[in-house]
Amino acid sequence: MYQYDTIDKAMLADRSAEFRGQVARRLTGELTEDQFKPLRLMNGLYLQLHAYMLRVAIPYGSLSPTQLRKLAWIGRTYDKGYGHFTTRTNLQFHWIKLADTPDILDHLASVDMHAIQTSGNCIRNTTTDPYAGATAEEVDDPRVWAEAIRQWSTFHPEFSFLPRKFKIAITAAPKDRTAARVHDIGLVLKRARDGALGFEVIVGGGMGRTPYVGPTIREFLPVNRLLSYLEAVLRVYNRHGRRDNIYKARIKILVAALGKDEFAKQVEAEWAKIGEGADLPDTELARIRGAFAATPFETLPAQSEAFEAAKASSPAFARFVRNNVKPHKKPGYGIVEVSLKGIGDTPGDATSEQMDVVADLAEQYGLSDIRVTHEQNLVLPHVKLADVPAVWAALHEAGVATPNINLVSDIIACPGLDYCALANARAIPIAQHIAEKFRDPDRAEKIGELKIKISGCINACGHHHVGHIGILGVDKKGEEFYQLTLGGSGAEDAAVGSMLGPALPYERVADAVDTLVDVYLRERQDGERFLDTFRRTGVTPFKEAVYADAH
Amino acid sequence: MPTLIELKDGVARVAEDAFTHVADDQDMAAGDVIVSLARFQAEGEGLLSECRRVGVRLQSHEEVEALAYDLPRLAAVALEFPKYRDGRAYTNARLLRERFHFKGEVRAVGDVLREQAGFMVRVGFDAFEPADDASSNEWQAAAHRYRHVYQRSADGHAPAFAERES
Repeated sequence: MYQYDTIDKAMLADRSAEFRGQVARRLTGELTEDQFKPLRLMNGLYLQLHAYMLRVAIPYGSLSPTQLRKLAWIGRTYDKGYGHFTTRTNLQFHWIKLADTPDILDHLASVDMHAIQTSGNCIRNTTTDPYAGATAEEVDDPRVWAEAIRQWSTFHPEFSFLPRKFKIAITAAPKDRTAARVHDIGLVLKRARDGALGFEVIVGGGMGRTPYVGPTIREFLPVNRLLSYLEAVLRVYNRHGRRDNIYKARIKILVAALGKDEFAKQVEAEWAKIGEGADLPDTELARIRGAFAATPFETLPAQSEAFEAAKASSPAFARFVRNNVKPHKKPGYGIVEVSLKGIGDTPGDATSEQMDVVADLAEQYGLSDIRVTHEQNLVLPHVKLADVPAVWAALHEAGVATPNINLVSDIIACPGLDYCALANARAIPIAQHIAEKFRDPDRAEKIGELKIKISGCINACGHHHVGHIGILGVDKKGEEFYQLTLGGSGAEDAAVGSMLGPALPYERVADAVDTLVDVYLRERQDGERFLDTFRRTGVTPFKEAVYADAH
Repeated sequence: MPTLIELKDGVARVAEDAFTHVADDQDMAAGDVIVSLARFQAEGEGLLSECRRVGVRLQSHEEVEALAYDLPRLAAVALEFPKYRDGRAYTNARLLRERFHFKGEVRAVGDVLREQAGFMVRVGFDAFEPADDASSNEWQAAAHRYRHVYQRSADGHAPAFAERES
């Protein structure tokens, strides 16, 4: 993992000191809430329905056990003993006191963490594949580039007041676990025929009110030209992105208005003027690369007797392995997914105790590496197969071993009306009702991969547009209704879902999902996922079934 | 009349403002003036021939490229922040310094707040009309709050990767 040096640490210390001064000016009344608002937002501090929310950055979703334990401790000390992992792979504390925030930032800085650029119209946390460095699917380690972007984008003097927020995702595997095509910039690392590394550059994807799957504006960008090219994209956007309407200010609107070819032309023209002087020197790239290259794997046999024996003797363990353990590039290792989607729990929430358990396991069995996924789970990317039974037992004990990764109850949901001032409707209880409906693990496995995503308002923080089943909360004359969409995907086969029909009342949503699943099971052909069946049959059979009793 | 803070050799000081901002509907003032792009395009030749220093004030949607050929004759470019959140002037300032090698004054006007001082200095601003009554000491502290920077920019501050190599 990348280790912060004295420079990285000094940046965090300076930031923390700056914010302490700003909070002090607010608490004495020197600053009004209006004046303070932009300053606290620069530090990820939001004022929500009931309290302040602090969003802590987890750069490219990568955590050490020490960092996770510190988050657990902060949750216990300053919040209600838990935290919420977000779709940007950050962590939110929802019950924070303003006066505590300078101390919290100091505690975070003590483990090389911060809340920099977790809000505001700047370049936000860059996300990447949670299996980076562990999966055989990737052509190279995407974290190298995520770290390069972290540094380049931190306190960027030119790009800290963009028309709107800006999110970048990088994947290096054909199976996209980052939703790259629905980001402001999605980068897909590839190898050319001659073996050279480069990025496919996708610009102008996004969700929110106007969802777009982003177009590719450059098929192959040599990797060492990344920063100058990003500078060109951001400069075109900073100058020409709309600033008159917050809902039309994201780069996707600019790309759609200009057309991808014209946008690409403007970027290329600016890029030519910028030249190579804006790229990182190879020595710095090598330094960053070195930090990720040193994972101390052991040479192991591909099979583990202990692992196979545990599968044979424990159906529960075997089920966990089928759903939560993914193949590792090194023989004898596995990637273990920790589910934060326990049936009846709030998606993405982890208690301080659970965080401590995961931190301990990472230290004992997982080469001290922990990842956060944009689907709001945790990952132990490097576990010896022989150790998986012990890891499972401890996760199970802590309530985070639900064997449901990518299954119907592995739901993304935004905080919704339970926390958020923008929401029209609740999202968390809808997720809980659906999970309850599919509590039977045999049935859930029989259904297979099914991604349900729920947003409590049109801002789409729950990514409903790209859910195989998407659920959007709307307000109808003061009552919560939910608009269902089908066929979306945030993966390599990215698509925006299409509307099923009229919005449904709160109490009918879980039943409707149940009906949709029944239609799928009836219609599906061999090996089809829900998404595949929907794409083959179209909406008609699903629509008929859900609205049958309305006729 | 807002205070003018100048940054010279890394030190922020309150300065006497030699320039008069002349709005499009005002009569031309005597001495050094800062005028809009439109007025400069109409009256610039005449003003420059009168042996006075001339500056141009660009609104945030106006791009410095419009001044490319005139920059060697200009003493100052004032870049407007209609709201602190409008970040287009940062690009204009950086291009003035890095691409057009403009050596005159680059002045921040409008909604200019000390919290943005660090960013402004990094992209090449060296004169400021603070809208928040910041003193030169406050401006100085705000502009130099961070000991290190991660990117190359117009201020010549060595970025982290260069510091690491040395």
